[in-house]
Amino acid sequence: MTREMTGAKMVVQALIDQGVDTVFGYPGGAVLPIYDEVFQQNAIRHILVRHEQGAVHAAEGYARSTGKPGVVLVTSGPGATNAVTGLTDALMDSIPIIVLTGQVPTFMIGSDAFQEADTVGITRPCTKHNWLVKDTADLSAKIHEAFHVATSGRPGPVLVDIPKDVQFASATYIPPSKTPVGHYQPQVKGDMETITELVAALETAQRPIFYTGGGVINSGPGASQLLRELVDATGFPITSTLMGLGAYPASGKGWLGMLGMHGLYEANLAMHGCDLMINVGARFDDRITGRLDAFSPKSRKAHIDIDPSSINKVIHVDMPIVGDIGHVLEDVLKVWKARGRKVNSEGVAKWWRQIETWKEVNCLKFASDEKSIKPQHALSRLEALTKDRDRYICTEVGQHQMWAAQYLNFEDPNRWMTSGGLGTMGYGFPASIGVQIAHPDALVINVAGEASWLMNMQEMGTAVQYRLPVKQFILNNERLGMVRQWQELLHGERYSQSWSEALPDFVKLAEAFGAKGIICKDPADLDDAIMEMLDHDGPVIFDCLVEKHENCFPMIPSGEPHNKMLLGEVSLKDAIGTKGAVLV
Amino acid sequence: MSALHIKKGSNKHSAYNLRPNFSDVTEKHTLAILVDNEAGVLARVIGLFSGRGYNIESLTVAEVDHTGHLSRITIVTTGTPQVIEQIKAQLGRIVPVHKVHDLTVEGPFVERELALLKVEGSGEKRVEALRLADIFRAHVVDSTLESFVFQLTGAPDKIDAFADLMRPLGLQEIARTGVAALSRGL
Repeated sequence: MTREMTGAKMVVQALIDQGVDTVFGYPGGAVLPIYDEVFQQNAIRHILVRHEQGAVHAAEGYARSTGKPGVVLVTSGPGATNAVTGLTDALMDSIPIIVLTGQVPTFMIGSDAFQEADTVGITRPCTKHNWLVKDTADLSAKIHEAFHVATSGRPGPVLVDIPKDVQFASATYIPPSKTPVGHYQPQVKGDMETITELVAALETAQRPIFYTGGGVINSGPGASQLLRELVDATGFPITSTLMGLGAYPASGKGWLGMLGMHGLYEANLAMHGCDLMINVGARFDDRITGRLDAFSPKSRKAHIDIDPSSINKVIHVDMPIVGDIGHVLEDVLKVWKARGRKVNSEGVAKWWRQIETWKEVNCLKFASDEKSIKPQHALSRLEALTKDRDRYICTEVGQHQMWAAQYLNFEDPNRWMTSGGLGTMGYGFPASIGVQIAHPDALVINVAGEASWLMNMQEMGTAVQYRLPVKQFILNNERLGMVRQWQELLHGERYSQSWSEALPDFVKLAEAFGAKGIICKDPADLDDAIMEMLDHDGPVIFDCLVEKHENCFPMIPSGEPHNKMLLGEVSLKDAIGTKGAVLV
Repeated sequence: MSALHIKKGSNKHSAYNLRPNFSDVTEKHTLAILVDNEAGVLARVIGLFSGRGYNIESLTVAEVDHTGHLSRITIVTTGTPQVIEQIKAQLGRIVPVHKVHDLTVEGPFVERELALLKVEGSGEKRVEALRLADIFRAHVVDSTLESFVFQLTGAPDKIDAFADLMRPLGLQEIARTGVAALSRGL
């Protein structure tokens, strides 16, 4: 059925037809007609954020925790520019987001009109694709195309810029079923020849390792299921990037823990010493590889990725497979089973014995303290007290983020929302709001540092308005902890601008917003305080005053390979050479 | 991996997989990119090159299919084999891009550029300019008593050579279109 309607109504109708139930947004002059339509319907719930950056991160949290695209509606000019950080974050982490922006009327574009910005120009490099719609007749099809592009292939953020006169004008609405299929149809099936080559490598490898990433999660729950089947059937060890945590359960027998700059000793040494590396949906990020010319020198490498540009970008691989993780793993399993489910059991058993000796180093051990709360201890207790619940974890960016990845265990995909690629401080709080909106009955915790948290603290208003019981678990060291750590290791302990002066009283801050605040500084009170946070039915700011100078270990110093990890406070001096110091 | 394993449509099509890892040798490649002729598509392509630090030696663009609204962008770029592969993969990721052809590796191809050169002078220099233009098969498309505008078509190095010869003879201005290229044969 086709119908005549205004552009503004088309927007709402297109969202409904795309199965959208929630929109995160903030109104303004150039989107008023759309907001008028939002007012006159009940199919879509609009969540009013307090800053457009918060809207995009909330949509990211919604998308990551549900697997569905997140939708954002903001105004022109500053509304659009405030969304840029969120768009870039979503692009780096491949999160499907549709951002709809208002624009000044078409006849005023280019005249430096009030709240005019070249939105498609500004967002061109930070979206997967964007459109400026100049004719109402094209609007509905463009929005449907936007959903297709955002969710197909390697997912990512898209933006549709809609001038105000296009919102007012009328045209015929085109439903998704009648929208022409574009040429954008990324390849999902992998090359069978290379898949067979990979299977042959699986059969003979003596020191294999699965290195998995966010691509497994993006491919959907089916891909995680296939990964688990393959890993458990082969008995190979598996490690994951920050983005991929939860695809394989932390309780699984193959699990080595996260790898990378702050990854586990056993995971990094296994990567360094393996003879077959199977990269499943990860991208050899610099946080993972360390020094490139010494990265896993003796291994043959397979790389499964839906994005051809990820292949051979930084690391040369021997078996490139372009395709969707789910499809490729299905074919790998099929071929491997058909060829008799063979592995080099003797070699792999020896490999595991080697890995066990690395595990004995117990790289996550830390010295507990009776006087102050160690951040590692705080997270260990949070893990112990919440692990059996229906739990979603978000984080901000910094030391707390790495500790959360190390000390919390993830059993399922879509349960861990963190800004991996862009490293956006201020991501976690709005993301936790998006997660809680999508999962109203779940326990949603944002593990934060006080500095990151302050970057989007205005979203307390959103949490209280919608009665979202998000738990803000702030590890407060009154420092920009990771910056401080690098200054200690690299810049002669000159702590330039890396402590938080004039912090708010977080309990009073919570109360000022109408929420609950809890402060805890004594390790003896920690469990009770965490339980108090969990038992409270409403948003909580938990101000956990932790040891101020704790460093995050293990650590691969920048410019060093995996086998040059630092395990603790020993021999820190000159750990990072001058060459490494220029790296971030 | 032997060359025999490479087949059309396979993920292993890249000839660079046969080479030593990440060679430092810089190569020049001519790429032909077929794109939807929509607003901003050229900005996407150029933005990709500037944003990721790739080189553009020459760029031409025009709509080649008026009914299908397809444009052909021809880019001459330089980079190590790994960078060239990245450029092609990154171009392929742009949503309105239909096809990326690397004419340099796909077989023999013809490459042509058009240039207009304004040469001022009188007497012997003027005669010499005309004589050289004849050798290069350049056409005179405008003339005054003190100047010529020559039109020359050819590969970029032919135009370079002609411009070098015209310089002492009074070359004032030069306008070049950039390279257009097509593969030879079927």
